[in-house]
Amino acid sequence: MFDKDLRTMIDDVKDGRMNRRAFVQRMIAVGLTAPMANQILSIGGVAMAQSPNPYKPTKRGGGGPLKLLWWQGPTLLNPHFATGTKDQDGSRLFYEPLASWDADGHLNPILAAEIPSIQNGGLSKDAKTVVWKLKPGVKWHDGKPLTADDLVFNWEYAIDPATAAVSGGTYADMTVEKVDDLTIRITFKQPTPFWANAFVGAYGCIIPKHLFAEYKGSKSREAPNNLKPVGTGPYKFVEFKPGDLVRGEINPDYHMANRPYFDTLEMKGGGDAVSAARAVIQTGEYDFAWNIQVEDEVLLRLEKGGKGKTLYAVGGDIEFIALNFTDPNVEVDGERSSMKTKHPILSDARVRKALALLVDRESIKKVIYGRAGRTTANYLNGPEEFVSKNTKWEFSIEKASALLDEAGWKVGGDGVREKDGKKLKLLYQTSINGPRQKTQAIVKQACQKAGIDVELKSVVASVFFSSDVANPDTYSKFYADIEMFQIPMTQPDPALHMRRYHSREVATKENKWQGRNFPRWVNKDFDAAVDAADTETDPLKRADLYVKSNDLMWQDTVVIPVMHRAAVEACSNSLRPALSGWANQTDNLQDWYRES
Amino acid sequence: MSQYILRRLMIAIPSLLGISLVLFVVLALAPGDPFGELATNPNVPPEVQAALRAKFGLDDPIYLRYLHWLAAMAQGDWGFSFVSRMDVDTLILQRLPTTLYVIGSAQLLALLIAIPVGVYAATRPYSIFDQIANTFAFIGFSLPTFFTGILFILIFSVKLDWLPFVYSTDIKATGIAWALEMVRQAIMPVMVLGLFQAASMTRFVRSAMLDVIRLDYVTTARAKGLGQAKVIVKHVMRNAMIPVVTLIALQMPAVFGGAIVTEQIFRIPGIGSLLISSILANDTPVVMAVTFVFACLVVLFNLIADVLYGWLDPRISFR
Repeated sequence: MFDKDLRTMIDDVKDGRMNRRAFVQRMIAVGLTAPMANQILSIGGVAMAQSPNPYKPTKRGGGGPLKLLWWQGPTLLNPHFATGTKDQDGSRLFYEPLASWDADGHLNPILAAEIPSIQNGGLSKDAKTVVWKLKPGVKWHDGKPLTADDLVFNWEYAIDPATAAVSGGTYADMTVEKVDDLTIRITFKQPTPFWANAFVGAYGCIIPKHLFAEYKGSKSREAPNNLKPVGTGPYKFVEFKPGDLVRGEINPDYHMANRPYFDTLEMKGGGDAVSAARAVIQTGEYDFAWNIQVEDEVLLRLEKGGKGKTLYAVGGDIEFIALNFTDPNVEVDGERSSMKTKHPILSDARVRKALALLVDRESIKKVIYGRAGRTTANYLNGPEEFVSKNTKWEFSIEKASALLDEAGWKVGGDGVREKDGKKLKLLYQTSINGPRQKTQAIVKQACQKAGIDVELKSVVASVFFSSDVANPDTYSKFYADIEMFQIPMTQPDPALHMRRYHSREVATKENKWQGRNFPRWVNKDFDAAVDAADTETDPLKRADLYVKSNDLMWQDTVVIPVMHRAAVEACSNSLRPALSGWANQTDNLQDWYRES
Repeated sequence: MSQYILRRLMIAIPSLLGISLVLFVVLALAPGDPFGELATNPNVPPEVQAALRAKFGLDDPIYLRYLHWLAAMAQGDWGFSFVSRMDVDTLILQRLPTTLYVIGSAQLLALLIAIPVGVYAATRPYSIFDQIANTFAFIGFSLPTFFTGILFILIFSVKLDWLPFVYSTDIKATGIAWALEMVRQAIMPVMVLGLFQAASMTRFVRSAMLDVIRLDYVTTARAKGLGQAKVIVKHVMRNAMIPVVTLIALQMPAVFGGAIVTEQIFRIPGIGSLLISSILANDTPVVMAVTFVFACLVVLFNLIADVLYGWLDPRISFR
């Protein structure tokens, strides 16, 4: 790329010859955007700019109640056990991480005194250690001080298999040690370019050692504080009824000036997304509702009422159709979709390309997702620096038909193509969910026109996404020809998102279908690119590797991206929430206020 | 009498065991996984999910899991929720007051409407009043609660803005204001459920009354010169109420079991919404406890109904 120029520019910024803004603008000019430019500066040795959320109140409290409506209420309040986002959101009301992601994908310090960088000595050049400094004077809600011991304890707690914490993966492959009372050092086993995972974001929330030390390991579920959180957050715990209600009150000793704004906090659970949207947008009973997966048409109608509006936070969540590279109808050694087989139809790249041409993304956006979706050709859609510009998509039944003709699939008497006496018939499965069934219908219609007979199948979400080894209908077993669902991107880094398609991740009977590569696609170049990116410390080279791996997936048509989805929230007109597509909705709760 | 009750309770034990076995096996065979939500989260490695399954004993054979459950239940341990990581009895007790209040009020409302309307309609069959009552009863039980619930919300919350449609267990008021708010937010769900119940019950009361009102002893009572009110209340109603008591007794477990659909619509944190969210999350211990307690209540109230028969009609003896 323009490696040398860039180094000079970074030096210019360091020495003050060029200001940050100019640097970021130059970067944008060459096709990168703000978050990337900032990441470059960060590893290049410049402290990362913090883009604080706009916050107007000049004193703490006085904002009255904040009423949140989560149509699936939190069922537990320990961040290390938070199975779903609802639990993470609930825990995050009281517990805090060292830093959270803001709307631009920047780190925003919460409990940290500053964001580690090479310049401040927080990051090592080999990307193997991170030193975090805690903000002095932070107190737990019970008055005890927050120290480095708490952080070390959280790491020990999470990695102890007997604790059965879901955060275990976040803290694996590293050691955390105390440097002094307010400093910790994280040492990674391998160079880790994406160092901001442990102690950051949803799974990074820190629980107090003095209340949980006795309950590490197999006694973890007996801890009384699993249900009565004592954190450091802007709101103190009052009451919790699983699935129904979480209540909090202002923390008068909160460690950030003038924050929080609201005096009390209520998170109500239950019901469904449409009526949640109604309670916020139409009747104004609540201030904010989460995850409004409702057709855009309905939302537009509700918004005419005028008490609230919808907000969109763009991250990297992708709804896509995956193609099976193995044969789901042949059993080898008691295993369908076995790696020893090849898909009789889809192993032909021309058929896969034809299928991609038959997904009318524009109509799907128009009819189903509306403002909450963006059409894309890429599997990897963010942050901006990792997004490939080399790919394109189109919808064309003619081109698809031509490709199928070329592949030897001729139109038969009944309008369905056939080859060697075999019909071109595909089973298309997904989970039960309104938009997904509509998408299935749109794709099926186009396929029919091109002479492909598509059989639709929908599986209840709790089965489709289960890890139940005995169930044939899970997405990871993939006993269908094509399947569709959404994979969320939980952090502004593609490492976990892309590693899934590595050949060692293939889901097989041997690993009880726990492997995450469910299309069972194997490509040596892809493996090499992802492996190299895992330890590549140069941010530009690393971004190139991920762009390359995305392009490989596109060339091979491993998946057909349907929609790049944004998170949709309903919000009252006066509330000013701080949201980010890279974080949970409550991650920057301390910055929420109401415009009077 | 006490011997009779004791005998009935003894008979209940094997049937409850049978019920629990069937429930457990069906739940164990049902597909799904309480940790399914972790599957698409790239932050959680699959091993973590597998470790969780192992920790909660989900990989053990069914008979072993059933025996564990039975042994714990016998000692009063209702189990431990996978999803909330807390004891199931706490979870249920937390939800019980709301359910009792809302569903109980609805049942009460249904009775208060059904008995007078049914009785009065039966005394004047095919009169204008009877016709109107019948028409409303038909409309009432033809409209499902999920429809009337949403209709009520649209009319009273969205259009008129009189009543809240999100039920809150946490009302920031005390004394009279608190009580008033409790009533205000319960009006819609109680109406929806109560009117639905009342509709079918009215029909039932009416036909039970009509069966009795034509009997000879009623004519005799009238011939003795007793007033209409006395004949109806003392002579007809007491006998006509026997089938009605059965119906009500069998409805009682539902008061504890909650109303799944209505609770979901109005976000009432009752047993019904706990049951449905636990089913959706595959939280077997909670589903098991709720359904089993429900089964126990059905058995218990059947017994109560039988005992009440004897009180209403001394000719029925306990043997």
